Amino acid sequence: MNPLIQLKNITFKAQNKTILDIPEFQINAGEFLGIMGPNGAGKSTLLKVVSFLEQQTSGEILYLGQVIPIGNAPIELRRKFSIALQQSLLLDGTVFHNIAIGLTLRKISKAVINEKVEYWMELFGISHLAKKNALYLSGGEAQRVNLARAMIVEPEILFLDEPFSALDFPTKIKLMEDFKGIIETAQTTAVYVSHDLMEINYLTNRLAIIVNGEVKQSGPTPRVLEHPNSSTSSFLNEWKKFYPLAR
Amino acid sequence: MELLIDGLKKAIEMILSGDQEVYAITWLTLKVCLISILISTLIGLPFGIFLGLTRFKGRRILLLFINIGMGLPPVVAGLWITMLLWRSGPLGDLSLLYSPTAIVMAQILVSLPIVTSLTCTAFQQISDKMLLQIKALGATKFQTFIILIKQLKIAILAAIMAGFGRVIAEVGAAMMVGGNILGDTRILTTTIVMEVSKGNFDIALALSFILLSVALLITAALTFLQQRKRIS
Repeated sequence: MNPLIQLKNITFKAQNKTILDIPEFQINAGEFLGIMGPNGAGKSTLLKVVSFLEQQTSGEILYLGQVIPIGNAPIELRRKFSIALQQSLLLDGTVFHNIAIGLTLRKISKAVINEKVEYWMELFGISHLAKKNALYLSGGEAQRVNLARAMIVEPEILFLDEPFSALDFPTKIKLMEDFKGIIETAQTTAVYVSHDLMEINYLTNRLAIIVNGEVKQSGPTPRVLEHPNSSTSSFLNEWKKFYPLAR
Repeated sequence: MELLIDGLKKAIEMILSGDQEVYAITWLTLKVCLISILISTLIGLPFGIFLGLTRFKGRRILLLFINIGMGLPPVVAGLWITMLLWRSGPLGDLSLLYSPTAIVMAQILVSLPIVTSLTCTAFQQISDKMLLQIKALGATKFQTFIILIKQLKIAILAAIMAGFGRVIAEVGAAMMVGGNILGDTRILTTTIVMEVSKGNFDIALALSFILLSVALLITAALTFLQQRKRIS
């Protein structure tokens, strides 16, 4: 195991309520980690804390073994990560401009930006949308742009917060298939937050179940799903009624 | 109707005849209005953005005063600036009363709350998720500021246009702090009031058409900037 990020005794409190309480947790290089749990379990908060978008109340986050002071993650470190949220949150401008923005902010040369945007648009099958305003796309198209925008910066870790949950079923399946192929080819470390067992089962190879802000179980995805412990069984068994676990 | 047509003819005649007095008054009007709105924008834009994106104790009260300021009667603004610049007032030593600078100060006082409040309203509508997404894209604070300004260009220009509308139409404060001195502080609105009081309706009407043309030109330029090239 080669941990990129380690969490030690992390707590996150808001309005005197403990949202997260995680004694130990890590993200390993090359893995596709799923974080699953019921609504309000603290999944999205964990994602924001671990990607340095929100600061923890207490505890340490280590990047490659080095402690990053609370609330003081340098911009260079934040730029090693990328995030795709549930809502695509695209900017008013062309699809090309939206996909290029991460590189523009990093002051990459125009020639390189053009080359990379063309490459990622083709990979996500959205080259034909290049000149279209991103605000007028369908849900599926917008989410493809969102994922391409996150991938183009070639992040060390890609964080995904339920990016497929707002899509209709056929669109979701097609995009998930394409996305899985792209992630595997690029060998990107990814952290995927969802409450959907089908998505988690299809995409991830390690799974952490979080309930009430605490990691109740973690391990290889098939093992966790097939052998839930006493803390996770009630949540997982509800899901298993609806989805078979065959990959 | 006949009076209106006569006024329009007179306006064209004044412009074409190269009436130096009219040109000087129009130029001064344009100058003080543009300087006022520029300063109001330079102060009101960042202040409005700050108020729109942050939450702190006393923010609501501050916003309440700014919103009240949007309806500040120009004569009240004029009175305050007069008291400020009066010989015995806090800035009396600067001898700015009855100068174009005094008019600019009064116009800033009436337009600044408009620019600030409308900018604040626009930025307040940006969701926390959007701010988080921009941060996640790797933007520094300054880059976030630039992205947001570009995204809210339409609303920002609307705020500037509303502020400009207020200063170009303003007369009470300009009369009070400027004194309507020929060749020094006489602007189109104060001249119109003066000509009406003298019963020269044709000249007043002609000047009103010139004033409308100036307002139209500036607003048209801002509207063009606001509405240009939106990709579909």
